[in-house]
Amino acid sequence: MGHAAKSDIAIDYPATSTTPSVEIKHLDLSFGAVEVLKDLNLEIAEGEFLVLLGSSGCGKSTLLNCIAGLLDVSDGQIHIKGRNVTWDEPSDRGIGMVFQSYALYPQKTVEGNLSFGLKNARVPAAEIKERVARAAEILQIEPLLHRKPGALSGGQRQRVAIGRALVRDVDVFLFDEPLSNLDAKLRADLRVEIKRLHQKLKNTMIYVTHDQIEAMTLADRIAIMRAGKIQQLGSPDDIYNRPQTKYVAEFIGSPTMNFFEGRVENGTFHQDDGTQIAMRGYGWTNADAAGRAWLGVRPEHVAVGDQAASMPEQREVTVELFEPMGADTLVYTTLAGKPFHFRLDGQVRVSDGDTVTIGFDPARASLFDATTEARL
Amino acid sequence: MVDATVNEPSGPRPKRRLSPTNIMLYGTLIVVSVYYLLPLYVMIVTSLKGMPEIRLGNVFSPPVEVTFEPWVKAWAEACTGINCDGLSRGFWNSIQILVPSVFLSIAVASVSGYALSNWRFKGSEVFFTILIFGAFIPYQVMIYPIVIILREMGDFLSAVTGTRIRLMGSISGLVLVHTIFGMPILTLLFRNYFTSVPEELFKAARVDGAGFWGIYFQIMLPMALPIFVVAIILQVTGIWNDFLFGVIYTKPDTYPMTVQLNNIVNSVQGVKEYNVNMAATLLTGLVPLIIYFVSGKLFVRGIAAGAVKG
Repeated sequence: MGHAAKSDIAIDYPATSTTPSVEIKHLDLSFGAVEVLKDLNLEIAEGEFLVLLGSSGCGKSTLLNCIAGLLDVSDGQIHIKGRNVTWDEPSDRGIGMVFQSYALYPQKTVEGNLSFGLKNARVPAAEIKERVARAAEILQIEPLLHRKPGALSGGQRQRVAIGRALVRDVDVFLFDEPLSNLDAKLRADLRVEIKRLHQKLKNTMIYVTHDQIEAMTLADRIAIMRAGKIQQLGSPDDIYNRPQTKYVAEFIGSPTMNFFEGRVENGTFHQDDGTQIAMRGYGWTNADAAGRAWLGVRPEHVAVGDQAASMPEQREVTVELFEPMGADTLVYTTLAGKPFHFRLDGQVRVSDGDTVTIGFDPARASLFDATTEARL
Repeated sequence: MVDATVNEPSGPRPKRRLSPTNIMLYGTLIVVSVYYLLPLYVMIVTSLKGMPEIRLGNVFSPPVEVTFEPWVKAWAEACTGINCDGLSRGFWNSIQILVPSVFLSIAVASVSGYALSNWRFKGSEVFFTILIFGAFIPYQVMIYPIVIILREMGDFLSAVTGTRIRLMGSISGLVLVHTIFGMPILTLLFRNYFTSVPEELFKAARVDGAGFWGIYFQIMLPMALPIFVVAIILQVTGIWNDFLFGVIYTKPDTYPMTVQLNNIVNSVQGVKEYNVNMAATLLTGLVPLIIYFVSGKLFVRGIAAGAVKG
């Protein structure tokens, strides 16, 4: 991938599909002078689970609203199932949408909420009943059918909201941060449920979130967005292990990646404090890369103790602060004059001021050009 | 309570009934309520007295002999001009003016408020600003132009339909005037209420295939009950208490209750029947009073709901 063409990402959706389920071509959207989406291209394969991930204001929800037809685009086209739906009403696009605030109709019962779309589409009453019953069974909300949304818990409401999309037999499910209003425990439960639902229904799903855990666990592919552009589009594995830009590397992973400044020469990283790291086994994007660069090391790729000895690179650090989190402990230190943190097994005991030998493997690190911030 | 001095503070903090704050608070409240309730008391007592007793001049004393004669007279016998059927005529006129005016103004304003908040179109903000501006123009300046408009519109409709239609000097003309003058404030009320409804609800309904009217009737209307109550109260009291439009745009046969009350109270012939006047005034004020008492709670809730976002 060239440095200059960050937005032109080669699309490698699974070879089995013929026409893409959703295709976005040169999409522009601006509100007055503010350009929210710029020349955005995206193809989503049949049955794929795509997650749009980014911090707030990156345009991910806007893009979803454009696909849904709730926002008029300024330029470009949207195709769903090979049909150009750019000017179609939301209800004619074959999409179902699940909102963050659930958006259940407060005066209707659960059954009324589920059947509203079908009634508008003039589906015969017998079929409405059948489809509502089927959706209620899949989502296990049968006992709730005659309740009003006000009498439901957050998780139940979100299930009804999913059901509303489910009954309409749509091609594409759109999720707009559906779990953000739930507490942590429920969020984890519903995340698994959505994944299970996708396995069962095999519909195309587009899911907007700012939560990287949701993105990593649910997605077939993740599109990381920033300022109205897609920074990287790839599998969760790809995004995590081979981030294409420094922004992506910082955004994915918790705690965040450690960065060192230096320069690259002949396949070696010369750190600013004079130490050298030979990048053995590193998968170069550009084999004769040279110049100022950032070296990124994930906190969870740092080893200690016996394992550190087997790593190609070793350093001595002093523990400044540590955060025990049960399963693991996060240790804050300074390395080569830069703040450095790494993850430790929760059972290893450390205390402030301890000297620890750490080791890491350059093959698993990431190098980014200092000016373009693209992967080297 | 010997231990009280040694005891650490525990449990609810003791309340002092006769604190300076409470004396000030309740003192003010009592003075203000007397100020407002005393005239009402005088009216009620006077309306229950006979004329000889009133002439004694004891305004505050309760009636020695309670009589409902003045009430009957005010309702069914008092004369205005050549009609001697009391306030009952004005009451029915007012009802005929009130019901269609309230219904029409609220129907139109709720739909325009809904359109202005959810279906923004090019220039909708400008349109809304102009509408709100209308609320600040003293309506006295529009009286004469409206006289002409009603006359011309009546003539035009007569010509088109071939039947004689009078808008000026008729109940239908007054209904039209009340509907139009209710627009600015009611549209503002409804727009603000519908703006406070989460946008995602509207989006969900669009994804579900509901159109302009589908969303209005099925989603928005059932949610807007409190604000409808507020609008009904505002319009009922406003239209019922209206005097100026009533006296200008109708004629003696179709005068609303307020105009007729004025004519009874201000008639210069014969003896001033204070008891009848008091009874007539109380009768006229009864409708807005009942509305307030019946729906006070809903009114407050609706006003609060509308004020969430503006």
